[in-house]
Amino acid sequence: MKIHEYQAIQLFKNAGMPTPGGEVVSELAQGLTVANRLGYPVVLKSQVLVGGRGKAGGIKVVKNEIEFKEHFVRIRALKIKGYSVEKIFIVPAIEIKKEFYAAVAIDNIKGDVVLIASAEGGVEIEETAKTNPQAIKKYYMNGQKTIDPTRWPEFIGSVFPDASDQKAATDILQKLITVFFTQDCSLAEINPLVKDAKGNWFAADAKVNFDDNAAFRHPDLEVLRDISYEDSDETEAKNLSLSFVKMDGNVGCIVNGAGLAMATMDTIKLLGGEPANFLDVGGSSNPAKVLNALKIILRNKNVKSILINIFGGITRCDDIANGILQARKELNIQVPMAVRLIGTNEKEAKEILKTVNIVSHPTMRSAVEEAVRLAKKSVG
Amino acid sequence: MSILINENTKLLVQGITGRDGSFHAQKMKEYGTNVVGGVTPGKGGQEVAGIPVFNSVAEAKAKTGANTAVIYVPAKFAKDAMLEDIAAGIELIICITEGVPVTDMVEVSRELRKTKIRLIGPNCPGLISPGKSKVGIMPGHIHKAGPIGVVSRSGTLTYEVVDNLTRAGIGQSTCVGLGGDPIIGTRFIDVLELFEKDPDTKGIVMVGEIGGEDEQLAAKYIKQHIKKPMVGFIAGKTAPEGKRMGHAGAIISGGDTTAKAKVQALTDAGVHVVDFTDEIPSFFKNLL
Repeated sequence: MKIHEYQAIQLFKNAGMPTPGGEVVSELAQGLTVANRLGYPVVLKSQVLVGGRGKAGGIKVVKNEIEFKEHFVRIRALKIKGYSVEKIFIVPAIEIKKEFYAAVAIDNIKGDVVLIASAEGGVEIEETAKTNPQAIKKYYMNGQKTIDPTRWPEFIGSVFPDASDQKAATDILQKLITVFFTQDCSLAEINPLVKDAKGNWFAADAKVNFDDNAAFRHPDLEVLRDISYEDSDETEAKNLSLSFVKMDGNVGCIVNGAGLAMATMDTIKLLGGEPANFLDVGGSSNPAKVLNALKIILRNKNVKSILINIFGGITRCDDIANGILQARKELNIQVPMAVRLIGTNEKEAKEILKTVNIVSHPTMRSAVEEAVRLAKKSVG
Repeated sequence: MSILINENTKLLVQGITGRDGSFHAQKMKEYGTNVVGGVTPGKGGQEVAGIPVFNSVAEAKAKTGANTAVIYVPAKFAKDAMLEDIAAGIELIICITEGVPVTDMVEVSRELRKTKIRLIGPNCPGLISPGKSKVGIMPGHIHKAGPIGVVSRSGTLTYEVVDNLTRAGIGQSTCVGLGGDPIIGTRFIDVLELFEKDPDTKGIVMVGEIGGEDEQLAAKYIKQHIKKPMVGFIAGKTAPEGKRMGHAGAIISGGDTTAKAKVQALTDAGVHVVDFTDEIPSFFKNLL
């Protein structure tokens, strides 16, 4: 789960990290009150869960009320990568002396948590990683949740050569690591980490992603979810333990397993069709999952044919077949279907399908070919 | 021969009294896997499908001589199940469970690094050496013993590939499903190395997908170390691009995670990359 900058900043503030303060608002009148209290200049920061908001004009320093009004209205009307700006975070402008980068993340290959820091902070950090990788320093946690005092001095010295900066930086980085572990993040990033002209430090921008697999340990974080970023069908699917992503085509598909689901979509495309969705029913599927999956797919009026491609492992084909039967009883399905069930309990499944005259295709290719043909026939 | 599991595998099933655990314990036993015991804390003394249940891995290992364990416990208990295996000195652990928190896997990885124990998964289908031993959730009957090694990040897509091979009369030495999580115990390179060394594996199929950089790392390894003929398949050419945020991921990997980049990397390494899964057998037919 991704959260907004203002929420991440609040999380950092709660952990005792220095932040510039500020407030998030939706309306101009509220915004003006906040700006007057903070005192100009202030920064208007659009709150969107996609990158590139700076380049899209979603961040602006304003010096007075006239500029504030102009840019608040402009930013509020922006669409950044298709998402409208519903909230603006108003923060005091900081007189930046030096910008750093800091993040705690997972290094998948090493199977470890890594703290990444650089004295070259700011929006060009990825470019720096490519052109000047020596400027990016990494500190591996070695499976520990706190820093190792024997290895730390060398690392902190490599990013913050100025001894007077090291104490403040260590304090902030230690807290960032703590937030990462206590909240089960998959990313906790400060960019930039700022030192101002007076020598004060601030986490001036924050990005936090949570590990969805650890959500059961953090029911309290659920309130931070911004559902406006989630397609309502996708959210509903998720609540039903289905993984669903809507696409533009007309062949609806129900598949088990993400890899096979992607390969099925690729095959549809390679054989001249267009997939209407990605849908993974997951493992251990019970018949109700198929019924729910069909309900969601049939809501999409672009869908002209449905392809059910199941290779049973932990998923049992007879469960899927019973789900198809149940769906045919409960839903008025007008869209033609191509079915292929193979693997665990495939014989039982074929017997079940025989009762409603559905014949399972022997291969993925033949099932996809039929689904594509049915979709084209329906379009005419 | 085969890799990782064979007729000498003595298997423990953790979570054997659960719905999936009991079902698959039975399926593995029917396939011919030597399932020597099950573990569910508090249920020691019971039997599932004629398999004795123990309270702990240490006890089960002492009484049965088990060398391999497969885990079907719920995600919140998976870390403890893996740590219990490591502490008991089980040589090969296969974690089927999906949804294990990534920081839990960081802890497991730390403990694994101190040992020579191999973990496969989590969130994986397991592995099978056809005709000898099956450890996981894959349907046994689609496999056939033979000369091709299969390694994949996916579950059901691996079955699809195997089914195509078997239908064409081409058997498999061992099929390994690595799992789709960020942190997994065994990666492409580890399995490729084992297949290269296995005298009975004559060719290799590698099935990758979008995301991460494992296929590119494998490509580099293949170029230098793999002499056996290889076919590749990459899923996700039509998948919508994920909404990304933050820079850390890109800084760590620095790589291109698209299907196109992976196909290119494997092709450059001399792997024959196909568009359709049913094109895989014909490549080997000409060779074998």
